[in-house]
Amino acid sequence: MNTRNSVLASSVPSGGESIKVTIGQFSRRPEAGSLLGLIAVFVFFALVGGKVFLSPAGYASWLNVAAEIGIVALPVGLLMIAGDMDLSIGAVIPAASLTVAIISGHYGLPEIVGISAGLGIGLLVGFFNGYLVNRTGVPSLIVTIGSMFGVMGLTLGLTVLIAGSTGVSLVPGPTIKAILGDFVGGMFQVTIFWWLLFVAAFFQLLHVSPVGNWIFALGGDKVSARNAGIPTERLTVALYMLSGFCAAFVGVSQVLVYQSAQVLAGQSFIFNSIMCVVIGGVLLTGGAGSVVGIVLGTLTFAIVNQGIYFTGIDPNLGSVIIGALLLVAVMMNDKFRLMAMSYATKKKK
Amino acid sequence: MSDNTPILELKNVDKSFGPIDVLHDISLKVRAGEVLCLLGDNGAGKSTLIKTLAGVHKPTRGTILMDGEPVEFSGPRDAQEKGISTVHQFGGTFPLMSIGRSFFVGVEPTRGWGPFKVYDRKTANEIAVKAVQDFGITRIDDGDRLVGGLSGGERQSLAIARAVHFGARVLILDEPTAALGVKQAAHVLRIVNEAKRRGLAVIFITHQVMHAMAVGDHFAVLIRGAIAADFRRGEKTREEITDLMAGGETMADLEAQIETYMQSHEGQPPPPAQ
Repeated sequence: MNTRNSVLASSVPSGGESIKVTIGQFSRRPEAGSLLGLIAVFVFFALVGGKVFLSPAGYASWLNVAAEIGIVALPVGLLMIAGDMDLSIGAVIPAASLTVAIISGHYGLPEIVGISAGLGIGLLVGFFNGYLVNRTGVPSLIVTIGSMFGVMGLTLGLTVLIAGSTGVSLVPGPTIKAILGDFVGGMFQVTIFWWLLFVAAFFQLLHVSPVGNWIFALGGDKVSARNAGIPTERLTVALYMLSGFCAAFVGVSQVLVYQSAQVLAGQSFIFNSIMCVVIGGVLLTGGAGSVVGIVLGTLTFAIVNQGIYFTGIDPNLGSVIIGALLLVAVMMNDKFRLMAMSYATKKKK
Repeated sequence: MSDNTPILELKNVDKSFGPIDVLHDISLKVRAGEVLCLLGDNGAGKSTLIKTLAGVHKPTRGTILMDGEPVEFSGPRDAQEKGISTVHQFGGTFPLMSIGRSFFVGVEPTRGWGPFKVYDRKTANEIAVKAVQDFGITRIDDGDRLVGGLSGGERQSLAIARAVHFGARVLILDEPTAALGVKQAAHVLRIVNEAKRRGLAVIFITHQVMHAMAVGDHFAVLIRGAIAADFRRGEKTREEITDLMAGGETMADLEAQIETYMQSHEGQPPPPAQ
């Protein structure tokens, strides 16, 4: 089910040729398909995109994109593993950006106040989503579309009311800028390192801590999970709050990087994050997936998204490639999942 | 606890949802080392009865007794803690989880402390595999295998072994053989016998009379939410039970109709309904 396990498992003698076992173990991992996809995409752009793609600036261009989407894709992936969706992230990102920009830029209050308020808004929207999903039983797709529009409307209305325009600028102080909004080596966003931190934390949560097991169980079969004593409602609320928090974090870091906040800045994140997660081998209907897979999916997506500019290909075709990639990824992941199941049965017959 | 005190007993239990009465005046008892077969056609109220026993529903009237003491379950978790475990038709398991992980869902063994608690995969796998093998399923020997790779019978066995491992005294099996082939069903029936031998009280819900007769000590037939018959092993034949389940008289009526038709049509059976 996860990397750590699989690594350990390969040291357990399980009979048969060792190479065969390794392949079997590899195919069992939900990230198997996405790793192959990543390699294929990387090789393709390295060949077509040439030297610039492989230069530090080339790496920076897609890592910067990957980091921002990646931080949102992690909780979206966890929610998907738990059988739920969150589209409201697309509205939470600009809402958090503008909160910071208005509080610290427009009103000139200390940045820590603005940032806390921005992150707080993410947690609040997340709580609201989780609460509604639990209380109403309406599919989370619908609930979060609703909250997305609600939050977006409020953000737009309040921003125009307070600041008189749909964009607000902010000049951050040097300390905050260094922590959240700087470019390392002039081109690598500091967000990339935050992403690594988030990846480590999410890996711990999903694959190492016992709570990870609850998330898989919740997505596998909600009723059985509840009967097994898992606090499913609290878990759902916590996952939505986590997702709101991560989206708000991206919003906060965006305003510090770009020094201004726009109302419509988060839209592209909605589908992009879902695509990263699905390319990464997370089962759309819940119950299966891995953090490593989500990271690989995010990298794949970012490479295609940015790599296209290093080639002579019309950038609009990038969307076609991403669309095709998504289909191939889902089909390949299904195949690997079937293999993972049947491999285990045949072995003992 | 004397041998005669049933582990679980229902006394005159009614259950209604608003104006709709689902269960009327149900009285049942099951003792340690005994298999009670609950037979009934679709819609007879079996599911409601199971959910009442498992603490999902509270009885509208009547009492539930455990070891002779009246109890009230605050929820399924409470019933489980008191030793009542339900295993559902498909094993209630998670096809894409490993055997070890699904065995310990909700009660994961951990190493370390506080926020650094680590799910203990090795222990989980070892215990899960041993528990299943103790029930005679020796084909399961790798706790990392996915549950979805197991056969239907193995999944049922895994779920039963899980319930027993976590201290179940009463095992409620909801149609465990319904979706299984002949061989797999026999497999599950052997597991039921093993659970019985270990002194568990088993409530076996089914509409397959053959399977019930193979393991049952005591039988109750449920029709439209009421107990229509209550008898012990050997007191009724298979045909009698099937008739009872189908609503007894209705079957007799149908046979009489066919008989009359054949007499008036020179021994021809009636044409099949269009």
